[in-house]
Amino acid sequence: MNCNVKEIPPEKRVNKLKKPSLASIAAYPHIVWSVMFIIAPLLFVCYYAFTDSEGHFTFSNIQALSTHTNTFLLSISFSLIATAICLFIGYPLAFAISKAPKKRQPLLLMLLMLPMWMNLLIRTYSLMAILDDGGMINTFLKNIGIGELNIIGTSGAVIFGMVYDFLPYMVLPIYSVMSKQDEKLIEAAYDLGCHRMQAHLKVTLPLSVPGIVSGITMVFVPSISTFYISQKLGGGTIFLLGDTIEMQFQNKSTYNVGAAISLVMMILILISIAVMNKFSDNDEEGGIII
Amino acid sequence: MNKNKIIELKAISKEFNGEQVLSEISLDIHDNEFVTLLGPSGCGKTTTLRIIAGFETPDSGDVFFGGVRINDLPPYKRELNTVFQKYALFPHLNVFENVAFGLRLKKLPEREITERVKEALAMVNLSGFERRNSEKLSGGQQQRVAIARALINRPKVLLLDEPLGALDLKLRKDMQNELKNIQHMTGITFIFVTHDQEEALSMSDTVVVMANGKIQQIGSPTDIYNEPVNAFVADFIGESNILDGIMLADYKARFAGNTFKCLDKGFEKNEPVDIVVRPEDVDVVPVEKGMLKGRVTSVTFKGVYYEIIVDIDGFKWMIQSTDYVAPEEEIGLYIEPDAIHVMKKSEFSDMFGDYSSFSDELEHLSDIEEVENTEDEL
Ligand SMILES: Nc1ncnc2c1ncn2[C@@H]1O[C@H](COP(=O)(O)OP(=O)(O)OP(=O)(O)O)[C@@H](O)[C@H]1O
Ligand SMILES: [Mg+2]
Repeated sequence: MNCNVKEIPPEKRVNKLKKPSLASIAAYPHIVWSVMFIIAPLLFVCYYAFTDSEGHFTFSNIQALSTHTNTFLLSISFSLIATAICLFIGYPLAFAISKAPKKRQPLLLMLLMLPMWMNLLIRTYSLMAILDDGGMINTFLKNIGIGELNIIGTSGAVIFGMVYDFLPYMVLPIYSVMSKQDEKLIEAAYDLGCHRMQAHLKVTLPLSVPGIVSGITMVFVPSISTFYISQKLGGGTIFLLGDTIEMQFQNKSTYNVGAAISLVMMILILISIAVMNKFSDNDEEGGIII
Repeated sequence: MNKNKIIELKAISKEFNGEQVLSEISLDIHDNEFVTLLGPSGCGKTTTLRIIAGFETPDSGDVFFGGVRINDLPPYKRELNTVFQKYALFPHLNVFENVAFGLRLKKLPEREITERVKEALAMVNLSGFERRNSEKLSGGQQQRVAIARALINRPKVLLLDEPLGALDLKLRKDMQNELKNIQHMTGITFIFVTHDQEEALSMSDTVVVMANGKIQQIGSPTDIYNEPVNAFVADFIGESNILDGIMLADYKARFAGNTFKCLDKGFEKNEPVDIVVRPEDVDVVPVEKGMLKGRVTSVTFKGVYYEIIVDIDGFKWMIQSTDYVAPEEEIGLYIEPDAIHVMKKSEFSDMFGDYSSFSDELEHLSDIEEVENTEDEL
């Protein structure tokens, strides 16, 4: 009865039971890396968040978070605004690039990514030099007689910095989805009675959702955790989550509160990603982060 | 056919990057007609269809729809729908929503939409598929959805660009019948594109044979088959032996070193012509009774008949016969007057010859280029 089972060639059996596939071996370095530099630090964060400076278990750090409520709200609203502006600028831009002549698209993409070749910190510094009192913009405004504006230190400057730094992360995933869309689908929409705008809203837009979702995630996440943008462009007056966390970690005695804030922020980010994933429910291609 | 003209193309020309793709295409299409554009790859079939649909504008010439010039009318205002070559179903919508797409644009009441989608899906035998993901359907099913999506708008004209190209033979045959039925039921004018001559002959009321961006012949399938106007059409539609000949007088043609009685007239005295003889119209007879004599070089069993290649003074004839003859056998050929078709010389005259380089693999490569290449090898 069982002769079939016995007849499986020995080498095949070994293959099935013992030899892991090449693909899973290929993942080993990354697994080791993740355990050492992602999982372990996360566990440390959790540990610190729920202990006091002597290492005893406590909820006091979490309770202390209520004093930071305003920072949370400010950070979330700044990030939401920056993300919205990025979407507002980035979606039409991605569409325009995807419709440009095929030969010109790589150049346009390169121009978009050019700032990303520079370190984020340096970019922010140079932005500061441009916006500062006595910086390029103000000199220009003074010369044409409008007079100096106080830009650095305003919420506008910080949000501008976020948009400036993170816009490419919005454009790229949307572009990558749009450029793969079949032109025939638009023609089919025209054929069935759509004029241009209807065809865009009924076909191009819904098919771009996976790109929009990863774009939003990729802008929102770094925006909510940034600290140098608010430090440099906020002129020391605007304190976001990232700044608060950085400050707590500069002092050994406030490590635990810092860990608690980080933990909550991570949970916020995970929730926002989960919510975004709901929107692109299908396992569509194109999402970069998801 | 005394019906109303629904679409008229008048001297349509189109260039892409300096390459003449269509030249002077003129064509009338009538109500309720099944018209097929037939021709080798790259001859401009899709471009013609896209001009009718409004996705391309002609460089010169006019398109009329119901007597009205529509050159500048955008696609969404034209009372026709297209079934695209690769279906182009909307991947983000399920079968129901794909089919309902056109009706939703018209803002019809939900009840009517549901009813008409049901009806359209029933017509293409896809009842019960409403909630399926359009991307997960088989090729044949996607094809039907595409047809339902176009039909539901009750267009006056349906354009179909090689709709069966991606299907296997069996499915193809089934869909051919279904399309014919749908056309009968709905009375919609079909403009159908294919490069499969069998499909064109079996489905159409009118066949339009195209080559090199020009219309070669317009006619019923029997006309096209029995009375091709030039060597290209004769070669493209079915198998044919195409020979150089001379029209000695009315009803009297000379070719293959012999003089034959035929049914053609109206040529000038001693006018050089192309002669077509279909392989199935040649009778195999004993050598002494033959009008032509030759040696069999190959015999292939094709099921219903044998395909016999006969060498007659260096010209290889193809003959289809139900009787077996042995290779190397000397046989005679007998050709009835009505089996001979005489054509005027054309630009294609020297491109098609005999079956000396014929093999089954080459059979389906009916592009002009292929034929030219094989000619060169002779
Ligand atoms: N948008 C375009 N730009 C440039 N050339 C084009 C364009 N569309 C078609 N052509 C050219 O026009 C010629 C005719 O193309 P068309 O698609 O009409 O051929 P077809 O008869 O449909 O061929 P097939 O059977 O392969 O589909 C081809 O040489 C093609 O390369
Ligand atoms: Mg085509």
